[in-house]
Order: sequence, then structure tokens, then C-alpha cells
Amino acid sequence: MHILTEFKEGMLISLRSIRANKMRSVLTTLGIVIGIVSVTLMATAIEGVDRAFARSAAAFGTDVLYIQRFPWVSNEDWSLIRNRHRIEVEYAAKIERQVKLSDAVAPVAFTRRRTTYGNLSMEDAFVSGTTHMYMNAAGVTMADGRFFTAEESNGGRPVCVIGANVSETLFPREDPLGKTVRVAGFPYTVIGVFEKQGGLFGVFTSDNRVFVPLFSFQSHFGGRRDVTIQVRVADVKQMDDAKIELEGIMRKIRRIAPGKQNDFNINQQELLTQTFAPISLVIASIGLFITGLSLFVGGIGIMNIMFVSVSERTKEIGIRKAIGAPRRSILMQFLIEAAALCLFGGVIGLAIAFPLSLIVNQVLPTAMPISVVAISIIISLVVGLISGFLPAYRAAKMDPVEALRYE
Amino acid sequence: MNVIELKDIIKTYDMGGAEEVHALRGVSVTIAKNEYVAIMGPSGSGKSTLMNIIGCLDTPTSGLYQFNGVNVSEMDDNDLAKVRNKEIGFVFQTFNLLPRSDALHNVELPLIYGGFGAGERKQRALETLTHVGLGDRVHHKPNELSGGQRQRVAVARALVTRPSIILADEPTGNLDTKTGEEIMGLFEELHHQGNTIILVTHEADIAEHAHRVVRLRDGLVETDEPVRKRKAVAASVS
Repeated sequence: MHILTEFKEGMLISLRSIRANKMRSVLTTLGIVIGIVSVTLMATAIEGVDRAFARSAAAFGTDVLYIQRFPWVSNEDWSLIRNRHRIEVEYAAKIERQVKLSDAVAPVAFTRRRTTYGNLSMEDAFVSGTTHMYMNAAGVTMADGRFFTAEESNGGRPVCVIGANVSETLFPREDPLGKTVRVAGFPYTVIGVFEKQGGLFGVFTSDNRVFVPLFSFQSHFGGRRDVTIQVRVADVKQMDDAKIELEGIMRKIRRIAPGKQNDFNINQQELLTQTFAPISLVIASIGLFITGLSLFVGGIGIMNIMFVSVSERTKEIGIRKAIGAPRRSILMQFLIEAAALCLFGGVIGLAIAFPLSLIVNQVLPTAMPISVVAISIIISLVVGLISGFLPAYRAAKMDPVEALRYE
Repeated sequence: MNVIELKDIIKTYDMGGAEEVHALRGVSVTIAKNEYVAIMGPSGSGKSTLMNIIGCLDTPTSGLYQFNGVNVSEMDDNDLAKVRNKEIGFVFQTFNLLPRSDALHNVELPLIYGGFGAGERKQRALETLTHVGLGDRVHHKPNELSGGQRQRVAVARALVTRPSIILADEPTGNLDTKTGEEIMGLFEELHHQGNTIILVTHEADIAEHAHRVVRLRDGLVETDEPVRKRKAVAASVS
């Protein structure tokens, strides 16, 4: 009851004082406004980068293992791994026969070729040769049409399935299904279009790719080349076991003596997220630290003006002390004033940052997280309390006799 | 029963270095309930220092100060604040009202720090303002009131907690003679109603309103005697 009464009085005084010094309050608050705007926008942008990454990484499929010649991310000395033998197409069939924990195996070969339709062309489109198993061994969905069948795949039919970007580039106003595109001059009939995957790793997703049956690929673009073997694990919970199984099979195929290093890598999406997480943390820390500085400067502004406010109101403090205000009340009065100023700045800052975050949303898939809203309100309160403390403490321990004498 | 008992009060200000100012050199005064005492003395006599100590705004360097039988000379800041809030009503020369608050809020202020609820606060503040003749001015801010009215608000603020003493420091110093007389009339009335009043002044004709005068000089009590007849004082002044 007692505290509550004093708290109400403190609120009343601070609002009255803020209103009495409108211009000063607004200018002081500006520092906090700018601080909160930059911190919240930075947090929103970081959230956006994280989300964009998560979405992009998802395109690789959480349950897909990639058997490849090189690791996606590595600290290994390049000179030690550059002479590795390529991954052969034939491995896929061997793996498929031996594997128990995975249910789909698809070899994928790559090349970059000019792909055209009429006058429209896509230089350096990613052309992938694969089997009908690809649909089962990758995290992709069809937007239109179908993927090639086992017969089309085994027979090396001139059919293709194109990614969303390829479709947009070559068929801006047409339905691509049934049309014939030319890949490095060879005709292929479009039988399907993939759904857009998007994300940060555009070139690696299906969006920019033209998929053709592996046999056609080999006869048109050369047979002996390095491939990726994509393997889908039957049960995501057995990822690690499946990986060990695959490793064993591969070592057998490659005839690696016990105790020798693998000369291949089994990549998975997790590698990307594991690599990205610490980078993201560093970016977030640096970004928030730098923008936090502006909030810090705002806090110093509040402290400065609170010192002015305290010394301006020395007489008032004297009067209040004379009629029995304890130190606690005086301290609280000025703390409330500083906190109210900052809270005011925080709310205005959020009101400005919110529409700006919608603009950020155009570039990154993000929205101002509700936690950021809550945290910035709390932060502005805390900044107020911290920067208000010294001035308030000075007011609280004033000698009433001295204060009353002040003119 | 004695409200105030001061015994050998010494107050020394350390001015830095070896320099010391002896504001009070051993003052002993006792004030009983419902007394009306004036403390007089020229500037530098130590009367302001004495008032600050009586008003619990300051503590003596040595000596014993008992307020209503309680030793307050060694109390800490917060306990002194409590005593000021509950037991002492201040009236200042410069009124010392909060300029941005209306009369009602100014009078309510001590009750806020005393922890009273809003309803009781308002009721008591209104009663007290009416009592000092300002029942129709409760929502005026200090700058909308005359000097005499401001001092009445200050008196109401001093009275509202029903303190043991009212401590007035040159209450007429900023008022013209007529208004000053009115305020002194108000004090007379409060005294009749049973309040204990301590008046600090350097003006003899104001001091004569009291029933007892304590004269200070150079930090010591020079005289402590009942007020002579009004005429005698008037004669000695003229």
C-alpha cells in the first residue's frame, strides 16, 4: 500500500515533469528511439538470415546423405584430398544391393551447358543426369507434370524435368510441358517442372537445373565423370547408423585397407547447419554489439538529462525531504522518471521499427519476432533504470538543509 | 509534558582544513506541549542551525535531543524523515510549495509519504485547507494565489499530519505587514487549539506574538523569558 502510493506519486511527478519539458524530453528520448530501432532491426535481420538459411538447408533434405568426392565444408588440407578418385556411377547399383537402412539410391552427374528454347536461352544451366530413383532420393516435389520413369531412365529417352528458374527463364508465358528444349544442341522434351525451392544456395538447388536420364547424359555429355550418389535414409532416427553402413559399403567398393583414411565424403544437411550456427552467432553478436552501442549512447543521454533534472529540482527535493520523503521515495521518483523516458523512447522506437521490418521482409524471410518486441521493452526499461540510478542516487542522498537553501 | 528537550547541543561545521565554525556552543532549551515559543537572534547567532536541529533536518555534533522522550540526536536519515513527516510541520519564509501542483496536492504531499490512502488524503487535505480559509481555492496552483494565500497553503500542509510541533521560519518575511498580521493571527488561533508552535524570527514585533522568547547570540542562549507586555515591547522598539 505504502509503496504503491509512492509509486503512483512517482509516476505523476515524472509525467508532469516530462510534460513540462516537452522539447527536452523528446530530444533526449531520440537517442533511445534510435537505439531501439537499430537493435530491433538488427535482430530482425539476423532472424531473417537464420530463417533463410534454415529454409535453404532444408532443400538438401534432412534425411538425404550425399556420397561425394569432397566434403562440403572442411578444414582439411586441400592438397591431401585433391587427388581422390572420382565417384563412379556404378557405385550406385552396388550400394543399392547392399544397403539395408536406406531405401533410395540415385547417382547424379553434373555439367553446365547452354540450354535454349526458341530465342530464349540459359547460359551455363546446371544439367544433371540421374535415374528415376532421384525423386525418392531427394527432397523435391513436382509443381507440374512428372519425373521420368524407370523405362525412360533405363532407355535413355530424350526427356527432361526442369527447375522453377529454368521454367521461368525459358517459358515466361508458356506451359513448358511437352515443349522441346535444346541442351547443348540436343533436343529434350519437358515432361515435368519442379516446385521452387528458393533459399541462399540457389545454384545447388533444383531451381536452376535441367534433369535428364543418366544414359542420355552419358552419351551426350561424356560417360566418365565424377558423380554424387544421393541416398535417402529410411528412418531419420537412424541417420548415424545409416551413415556408418554406407561408409562400410563405400570402403569395400573403394578397397580401402583398414586403418586408412576414407577417400570420399558422406555429406549431409546437418554439416551446413553445424557450420553456419557459429558463424551466425558471431554475426549476431557483432551486429547486436554495434547497434547496442547506439542504445548505450542513448542511455548516456538519459543519464545526462537526469543529472540536469535533479539539479534543477534541488529545491523540490529539499521540500519533499523536509516534509518527510525518505531516500527511497526520492530515488524511486527519479528512477521512474528515467524509466518512463526510456520506455516512451522504446515504444516509439518499436513503432518506427515495425514498418521498417516489413521492408526487411521483402529481402529476407522474416518478421519482427515477438520476443524482440518484449525484449526491447525490457531493455529500454533497464537502460532507464541503469542510467537513472546515479542521478537518482545523488538526489536521494542530498542534504535537506542544503537543498532547501538552493535557489 | 515536554515535547522538546535540548541539552548541551553543540554544532560544529568543518569548513575543510583546520577551520571550524561553531554554530552552536552548548544550547539547552526545553519546550513543553502547547507552548508558543519564538527563537530570536541576529544573523550568525545560530538560530537557523538550531531550527534545523529542532526540525530534524540536521543532527547535532554533540549533545542530547529528545523529541517526545525519544532520542533523535543519533537517528539515521530515514528515521529522521519519519519524524519530520509525522511530528513536525514546517512553514518557511519562501513558502516552499511545489509550483506545478495545486493547493490540494501540496497539502496532500506529507500524507503521501505518510502512506495514507487516496480517500483519506483528500478528505484531510480539504478539511485542513478549509480550516485555514482556503476551501474555495483548492485547485489553484501557487502562482495563482497571493502571498498570504500561499502561506496559508503552507500552514495547511504543516497541519495536515497533526504534528507535535509547528516550526515556522520567518513565516512573515515575504509578506506585507497586513498579510503578515493575518498569518500571525492564524498561528494564534492554532495555538489556542492546542498546537505547539516554534517561531524563528529576527523581527521583534513578530516575536512578541509568542508567549516566550529564546534569544540566541554567538551560538549560546542569551536570554530565555516570557514575553513582556505588548506595549512594553512596542515602546522598547520605538
